[in-house]
Amino acid sequence: MSDFIAEALQMVPAEAPDWLSEQRRRGWSSWKSSSMPTRKTEDWKYTRLRALEEGAYLDRAECQDPSSPALTALRDQIHITGLDARMLVFVNGFYSPELSSGEVVGNMEVVLFSEADETQVETIRSHLGTVADRDKYMFTALNDSWLDDGVFVHVKQDRKVTTPLHVVWLTVPQREAFSLSQRLLVVMEAGSEATVVEHFASNEAQQNSFTNGVSELVLAANARLCHYRLHLEEEHALHIGGVHARLDRDARLNSFHLGLGSILKRLDVVVRHEGEGAHCDLNGIYLPRHSQHIDYHTCIEHVRPHCTTKEVFRGIISDNARAVFNGRIHIHPDAQKTVAELRNKNLLTSNKAEVDTKPELEIYADDVKCAHGATVAQLDDYALYYLCSRGIAREHAQVMLSTGFINELINNLQHPSLGEYLKPVLGGLFAQQVTQTERAE
Amino acid sequence: MLSIKNLHATVEGKEILRGLDLDIGAGEVHAIMGPNGSGKSTLGHVLTGRQGYEVTAGEVTFMGQDLLALAPEERALTGLFLAFQYPVEIPGVSNMEFLKTAVDGMRKHRGLEVLDSVSFMKQAREVCKRVDLDQNFLKRGVNEGFSGGEKKRNELMQMMLLEPHLGILDETDSGLDIDALQLVASGINSMRDSKRSFILITHYQRLLDFIEPDHVHVLGAGRIVRSGDKSLALELEDKGYGWLESEAV
Repeated sequence: MSDFIAEALQMVPAEAPDWLSEQRRRGWSSWKSSSMPTRKTEDWKYTRLRALEEGAYLDRAECQDPSSPALTALRDQIHITGLDARMLVFVNGFYSPELSSGEVVGNMEVVLFSEADETQVETIRSHLGTVADRDKYMFTALNDSWLDDGVFVHVKQDRKVTTPLHVVWLTVPQREAFSLSQRLLVVMEAGSEATVVEHFASNEAQQNSFTNGVSELVLAANARLCHYRLHLEEEHALHIGGVHARLDRDARLNSFHLGLGSILKRLDVVVRHEGEGAHCDLNGIYLPRHSQHIDYHTCIEHVRPHCTTKEVFRGIISDNARAVFNGRIHIHPDAQKTVAELRNKNLLTSNKAEVDTKPELEIYADDVKCAHGATVAQLDDYALYYLCSRGIAREHAQVMLSTGFINELINNLQHPSLGEYLKPVLGGLFAQQVTQTERAE
Repeated sequence: MLSIKNLHATVEGKEILRGLDLDIGAGEVHAIMGPNGSGKSTLGHVLTGRQGYEVTAGEVTFMGQDLLALAPEERALTGLFLAFQYPVEIPGVSNMEFLKTAVDGMRKHRGLEVLDSVSFMKQAREVCKRVDLDQNFLKRGVNEGFSGGEKKRNELMQMMLLEPHLGILDETDSGLDIDALQLVASGINSMRDSKRSFILITHYQRLLDFIEPDHVHVLGAGRIVRSGDKSLALELEDKGYGWLESEAV
């Protein structure tokens, strides 16, 4: 495994703006000194990195022809009807102006690191890498060391951006297994409002990519950000990454995560409440099937008093798949009057499916209100029987119950158009599963 | 329509039905009464095919078919409907989606054209009105947060939309106030015709004031211990079940 550490270092991109080199150097040394996690590493106890090493993702991402049939087909697939968003599309890490669309919205600055002007560079430099901790999250260190470009989103003070930004990272297979980096920095100044949808997708061909994705969200006082991170990648696409957010006074973050499977998917979602009265709604759904593995590690740091967190993650694990959910809420000594709640519910639809769930509350303040809970269950036989007794075929009833289990979250999305976009995708997934089970029988 | 012969059934290894015989003709309404634990609800679930309710002997013919050989959904499609004593809450699945899926399946099975969403919506709204449920209940999760009475009315609504040949109402009257009871009764009465039959499982004679049964049966220890006309129900109200049980032994 240590091979990957050494070999990944060889993949430092040749060209990048000078001002990034410092960031890269720090990442490089941090990555070099890290050791691959073992079973004894608590944070990686249930997730092995074997797939990463075995896949030898040692080629660099290459720029793809935007007019290729694979990409033309994807164009419709990634469009979210009714979202009316400005769309920024990347293919294998490279920005594709041909696939991107929508008007530049005056209230929101969106620019590639490589194209940022001097003022923008200043802002990027003062924030990039300040939220995602490269020493704690080793793959952030790798992301830093590979850093050659990224997306910078900036909303100035008191600006309210109504048009969502939809950033799509597409992958298509290359000849050899390859690695790519994704980086997003969102800086919301005081009192600003915006919506950012991060969307990872790939074409239907078997993927051979490893994406290392890191997003940093900086919310100044009273800023509001509605954030989505949708992983709709093909099931062989590897992804290790995270979303790291810092909330100042009275800032509000609404963050929704969706993880469809891959042989290895690990996401760290970290939110730091660093100002009084900050609030975060963190919701997520993970749906591994076949032999997939999805691991969500969430960590909410309540540093200051009077902050609130409401977190709900739900998973449906099928076939031989495995899910890991670790939800940590850390209440620092100064964080009095914290209200935090974490719920995790899991549905196992096969005898071989597995979930390791661990809600963790670490409380160092004495005047707080915290609750957490995790459940693991199977589809309710009585509910199945109820649906069947109305003439609904058992397989269809299973799809309805599975869909219902996650619909509670999908129906509550701030942007209903996203729910409408996701429902058929997820419904199709469950239906497919049922047909496969039938065939197997 | 329905013929049950010498039906024996166990639940979790315990024998609940012990040689039950019952014949129901087209257009008939049968009331089944009996003390707690006599097997009334078990009969309903055995007929609809609930998992874990094992038939150990006997046969059941429904609409000329061997009912026990069919899966629960096939039994429903053949025209059997059970109004649950305890309807299930299914959050996340809207009542509307549930009803449309069920009705679509039923129409397909009967060789009818599937209704488009607009026509179905219209029909569902009308039925809502008939059972005095607000239309908002169509949008909510199946039975999610419904009161006891609302759940029972939702059952009735499903029955009206699915138009079964035989409706089994498992204590649909329990827990209803008198207004709701009358409403449920008039709903059932409106569905009565020369072809459709009903089994009313109930504890209380009260329901039978509003729905006049053709036959009344008393279940005791898994068998029918006494059958009669509606006067039997009145007699039971008067004397309780004790005298029948001592006769049965």
